[in-house]
Amino acid sequence: MTAVFWKELADHLGSRRFVIFFFLILIVGGASAYLAAQALSGRETASEFIYLNLFTVSGGGLPSFLGFLAFFGPLIGVVLGFDAVNSEFNRGTASRVLSQPIYRDWWINGKFLAGFTALAIAVASIILIIVGLGLYIFGFPPNGVEISRIAMFFVISVIYLGFWLSLGILFSIVFRQTATSALASIALWLFFTLFLYMLAGLIADQVAPIKPGVSADVFAKHESIRDLVLRFSPVALYEEATTAILIPSYRGLGIAALLQEAAVPTSPLPLGQSLLIVWPQLVSLVALTSVCFAISYVIFMRREIRST
Amino acid sequence: MGLVVEAKGLKKYYDGVKAVDGLDLEIGEGEIYGLLGPNGAGKTTTILILLGLTEPTAGEVKVLGYDPTREPLKVKRLTGYLPENLGFYDDLSARENLLYTAHLNRIPEKEAKKRVAEVLEIVGLSDVAERPVRAFSRGMRQRLGIADVLLKDPKFVILDEPTSGIDPEGAQQILEMIVHLRDEKGMTIMLSSHLLHQVQRICDRVGIIHRGRLVAQGTLGELGAVVEEGACLFEVRTSRVDEALLGALRGIEGVTSVEAEGELIRIKATTDVRPRIARAVIESGAELVELKGHTYTLEEIYLRYFQE
Ligand SMILES: Nc1ncnc2c1ncn2[C@@H]1O[C@H](COP(=O)(O)OP(=O)(O)O)[C@@H](O)[C@H]1O
Ligand SMILES: [Mg+2]
Repeated sequence: MTAVFWKELADHLGSRRFVIFFFLILIVGGASAYLAAQALSGRETASEFIYLNLFTVSGGGLPSFLGFLAFFGPLIGVVLGFDAVNSEFNRGTASRVLSQPIYRDWWINGKFLAGFTALAIAVASIILIIVGLGLYIFGFPPNGVEISRIAMFFVISVIYLGFWLSLGILFSIVFRQTATSALASIALWLFFTLFLYMLAGLIADQVAPIKPGVSADVFAKHESIRDLVLRFSPVALYEEATTAILIPSYRGLGIAALLQEAAVPTSPLPLGQSLLIVWPQLVSLVALTSVCFAISYVIFMRREIRST
Repeated sequence: MGLVVEAKGLKKYYDGVKAVDGLDLEIGEGEIYGLLGPNGAGKTTTILILLGLTEPTAGEVKVLGYDPTREPLKVKRLTGYLPENLGFYDDLSARENLLYTAHLNRIPEKEAKKRVAEVLEIVGLSDVAERPVRAFSRGMRQRLGIADVLLKDPKFVILDEPTSGIDPEGAQQILEMIVHLRDEKGMTIMLSSHLLHQVQRICDRVGIIHRGRLVAQGTLGELGAVVEEGACLFEVRTSRVDEALLGALRGIEGVTSVEAEGELIRIKATTDVRPRIARAVIESGAELVELKGHTYTLEEIYLRYFQE
């Protein structure tokens, strides 16, 4: 498996598409963080966690880095995976590789780990560059809490992108044509980043319509139904998890947390507490990834390896 | 002599299509076995089953004593496979492609480098080892494929259509290499082809496959005998051909058919009637220019089977 891993990793890091996406994210992400930094350093009262705000605050019309990564991050994950297996069949290399003494699942795992590592390298360098930018603008280093929370943000982000990678690889197994798997991946990306939000709103409107003068109960129900639907979206899971990590006072989604927040002045939670809040989201993301893997294995393990 | 391949009642159905339909196959150690048949006969499917790259619908297979479905890795460790449409990683050089295969076989780095250089030498590609495979001709790719197969020093080598799509000279080179493998390295070789005039020369034994069934099997001599059973063919060349002579020939006991084609007369008979043919020609007043018993080429055997 290490042989597959190193080869695939070298392929990724040297590939044009990886480099293009890397710089795309670097430029847009860097710009959004830069604008956020400008907005932050212009403020009267300095924020307690200014380095964390760097990732969550939006300035100058650009979305926050977090929002940007939640929306476009899936594309990088998918781009590294969508032709992982079918292109090997189309090139005729699959027959050659799979007639060597390696297990088929190793091959898939090696490909996944290589993509995962490439993603980790990309995300880590972008985060480091943003922190460096902050250092340059603010003139002081991040504190320990900030560093540990940023590290956590990194881990969650890579898991999130890893899910999309595993989805891309799954599609590269399901579809013989790379064009088809690319389209399917993009369709699912649009579904989760845009349509599911609309759908969640629609369903909530149907079940608990909000008319002028409805009670707080209906309002709460509306919100919780919306949340329930969004639970199925890796995008929403990621946004919720990273929000809790990057905004220490964040106590969870929904009206209950909102009311609570209004009642109690927002005090930052320790990292452990924040982790507790995001635990279900993290588990869900990992579970979704595992599902992609399980389906991949089931389809691929007994498939005929014929070079056409 | 041990058996390298032992297959009994092999079947592979693709929803209704009988690709392989009750095949029995035995290949002995150290022989070159040619699996011959027209396109779509089931050659590739048979090979995929032997390598565990597809599962048979029914039947039993042992390759080098292992069941390829249950213990694919053991078979693949000892068996080299040159696929029908083989592909390489086009961006990598010939040497890098082979090194990857060596790594997949867990050959230690130092040894791998040495072996790669060796096999490139054997197939005559040392000069272009550093060039990307993209620039290789079909013939060079095929030779690189053979190098790839040799890398793991296999006991048994399966070559699927090794000469198709290659100019006659290149094909000749490849066939010589195959003979070399048997003679110098003592490998057992199975090759499939639909171009039997090309490969018949080097095969110790052939099997003729048609619609998934082995219709004949044996050495060239044995196969000829099967065809000739109850039918000897003679060709007579005379200075003059007339109806009287043809009538006389037809009158010979045991002759089943006489056909004239210019100066050439083809005679089929149940026994060797050459002395009587000679006498008939002389008695008719014509001169006997040539009289020969005809031996079947594999081509004719092949055609004969596929005419049915
Ligand atoms: N995946 C498949 N699905 C359906 N039919 C197939 C499949 N693969 C091969 N076949 C059919 O099986 C038969 C044998 O194919 P193959 O073994 O490739 O022949 P050969 O290698 O002798 O040319 C052909 O008729 C082919 O159409
Ligand atoms: Mg074939």
